[in-house]
Amino acid sequence: MFLNILPPLLHVLFLVSMFLYLVPAVVLSEWLGKGTGWSGILAAALLGSISLIPGFIAFPLGAILVRSGVSCQVVAVFITTLMMVGILTLPLEAKYFGWKVSILRNTLSFLGALLVGLLMGIFL
Amino acid sequence: MKNKITATLKQYGFLILFGVFMLVSYLLPFAAGIAIGKNFLMFFLEMAAILPLMFIQIGLFDVWVPRERIIRHLGPEAGAMSILWVVLLAMLQAGPLYAAFPVAALLWKKGCSVRNVFVYLGAFSTLKIPMLAFEIGFLGLKFSVLRALFSLPVFVAIGYFLALFLKNRNFVVKEPG
Repeated sequence: MFLNILPPLLHVLFLVSMFLYLVPAVVLSEWLGKGTGWSGILAAALLGSISLIPGFIAFPLGAILVRSGVSCQVVAVFITTLMMVGILTLPLEAKYFGWKVSILRNTLSFLGALLVGLLMGIFL
Repeated sequence: MKNKITATLKQYGFLILFGVFMLVSYLLPFAAGIAIGKNFLMFFLEMAAILPLMFIQIGLFDVWVPRERIIRHLGPEAGAMSILWVVLLAMLQAGPLYAAFPVAALLWKKGCSVRNVFVYLGAFSTLKIPMLAFEIGFLGLKFSVLRALFSLPVFVAIGYFLALFLKNRNFVVKEPG
């Protein structure tokens, strides 16, 4: 059971390592900080969906962004999509649920995460 | 025999290439390769810390919890209370989302309903207590509570929707292999 998911899992870890090298946290915060209004929210949602950053990097990054003046809504959208949508882990998810259901689940989660982030922007 | 070798190569070929790439990167040295290798090591250690525990938990769960009990409390006939049970189960765990997939597969095997399998995944991705504690520390109580409160109805709705969509579609959760 464990050995069977190891190869696809290592593939995912490789993709993630590659992604984090190409788009390190500094660049990420630069992109998120630049966008204002809808373009900022959209950028946050896309970056959050693609990235697979562990909480111990993502939350401090979010805190730095808020302190450096990035809107709470953008940070909230980034954090929610980061948690709920995993594009890089799709190949692994598909091994369990099939491609169609995995893509559907991630699409719904993307819309849901966007909704949560936008709602939070109203209250924060 | 030959088929078996091709299958193994297909499964592991990419990783062998990656290993060679790492080796060359360190020997040259090639800075980008080394940076990627360091990231890989970080994620690999995270996985090595979480997954074995997850599989031990799954193994014990498989042996100790009878199927009838899962069907009664989390199955298709279990009612709305079952949502609370899967959410609580997910909240007590830790780790990246991919660690939840094998648990979801086991829950399914034991008779958990489709809706509850996806509610479990939703709760695991957004409401894990260890992660919440961390989030409160960095982003504040208000941020974390609001996010948790808004996420809950969203992933429960996703669970209901997927269950409805997958009804009569012969949906199964596979255990890879």
